[in-house]
Amino acid sequence: MKILVSIKRTPQRDARIKVDEGGQLQLGDVKFEVNPFDELALEEALRIKESRSDDTEVVVVTVGGEECQEQILAALAMGADRALRVDTRDELDRLQIAKVLAAVVERESPDLYLAGKLAYDDESSQIPAMVAGLLGWPQASQASKIELTEDGAIANVTCEVDDGLEHVGVSLPAVVTADLRLNEPRYASLPGIMRAKKKPSDVIPLSDLGDLGARRVSVSNYRGLPAKEPGVKVASVDQLVDELQARKLI
Amino acid sequence: MNDVLVIVAPAVVKKGDFAAIGFAQQAAERTGGAVDVLLLGPNASAAAERLQGCGARTLYAASPVGVENYTAEAYAASIAVFFDGREDRLIVAATSSQTREVFPRLAALTDRPVTSDVVAIEELDESSVSFTRAVFVGNLLCTETLEGSSALVTCRPSEFEPVELVPSVSAPIETVELSGEFAHAGKRYVSLEQAASERPDLKEADIIVSVGRGTKGPDEGIPLAEELADALGAALGGTRAVVDAGWLPNEFQVGQTGKIVAPKLYIAIGLSGAIQHLAGMRNAKNIVAINKDQDAPIFEVADLGLIADLFQAVPELIAAVRSFQNAST
Repeated sequence: MKILVSIKRTPQRDARIKVDEGGQLQLGDVKFEVNPFDELALEEALRIKESRSDDTEVVVVTVGGEECQEQILAALAMGADRALRVDTRDELDRLQIAKVLAAVVERESPDLYLAGKLAYDDESSQIPAMVAGLLGWPQASQASKIELTEDGAIANVTCEVDDGLEHVGVSLPAVVTADLRLNEPRYASLPGIMRAKKKPSDVIPLSDLGDLGARRVSVSNYRGLPAKEPGVKVASVDQLVDELQARKLI
Repeated sequence: MNDVLVIVAPAVVKKGDFAAIGFAQQAAERTGGAVDVLLLGPNASAAAERLQGCGARTLYAASPVGVENYTAEAYAASIAVFFDGREDRLIVAATSSQTREVFPRLAALTDRPVTSDVVAIEELDESSVSFTRAVFVGNLLCTETLEGSSALVTCRPSEFEPVELVPSVSAPIETVELSGEFAHAGKRYVSLEQAASERPDLKEADIIVSVGRGTKGPDEGIPLAEELADALGAALGGTRAVVDAGWLPNEFQVGQTGKIVAPKLYIAIGLSGAIQHLAGMRNAKNIVAINKDQDAPIFEVADLGLIADLFQAVPELIAAVRSFQNAST
């Protein structure tokens, strides 16, 4: 079995992101990591690999410049077998990135495509579903549990949805996105980190992957939230109730 | 070319759909076009009756074979067929776990630009539209601009005024036959596990009582919060920690990766206010926090803060609310 996991380089999850007067993000001092939700996807791929006896290969793919090698190494250190980076400095929109990833899928023919359900920075939750649509594959989103049948033909997935837990079955090849409760990602071991540098890691020029169409979505004008009036402290429940009544909330 | 199409799929009309129609009307006022609604799912015509008076030009109801159970594949494929012959400026839906996966798939199928969970419309003309989105765990806003004559957008229901129904303004309900094989052979819907609850829906309630780890669990503080919720007619919500611990089912989670809500009143009990949680509730109109830790970040967004032990304060609050209610009846 081959599992392809897409990973995104995102600013560290607890970083305070600053914005300059021109509405640009100031990322100079910020450290980056593998998008935490993609890490969940990678962890799941590794667990599937460990539980199967068929020599499953876990391949990670990312789209971006050389700085993404940091995240490639982190993924290989966690236990991925091989890595691909589609090299580009272009600002691509999400549908273009999805076309890139779909082209990588056509090259690699994985049985399962895993990714995080959203990226910590833009929180759009779009690319995996776009990839599924482009490929005509079935999809299962926001997975809190994935169980493959022994023959690897079907994934039974529990999805966290607005109304509760939805149980679906997808025939492979399929796209599945990882939610918070899917697993707890492992830390890379020291031997894992040493081995990572020796694992195969390829770079594919963007131009190799065909026509992406024109870019149609762009992001600009980052700014902080509007200031909120500071709240008041009340000293007792009685005072709280008075305030709630005064504000006509109860 | 100027029209705005609202998608209600599955065809179960919820409060968020009224907000999506409100959003669509805001957009249509700028384009000079009309708002149409497509309801997709089993019994779509019956659901369409619930939208009478919403100000739409036409209410379309479609229940093709393959949509009996919700699947992203069948829904995206059937909506794509509905698009034939239409040139809507915007195709809109309320953010939900379903539209979150249908709309991007639909964007790929129909090669349209798409944006998700917008909180405001900024600019709109025939070839470009821009929206405000919340990013970086809701700590920043940004402008997302989509080029082209037709775009897909999901809107955050808590940020838009729901349309009010005006009974005298009725729209024709048109049953639409969509032909094609929509069910995906590789997808099987099995079942939905849903916690039974008599309380209001978290996404629809005017008042939410929300619990964090400080409540110490279903044998300790959570029953107190539940009693308070019942006294107020409120919905119950919780943090990721509480769901991870198994104290509440996942559909109760409020936060970046749970539900994003903006009720009239949000009462946070024993809840410290992690950034991911704040992302889900910071736009509530009135936030009350009860926590014994004065440094809890929740106090930074609370309108009313009570530094107290919830095991003392909540029973007092329940008693005060009940006596207030008895006094007024």
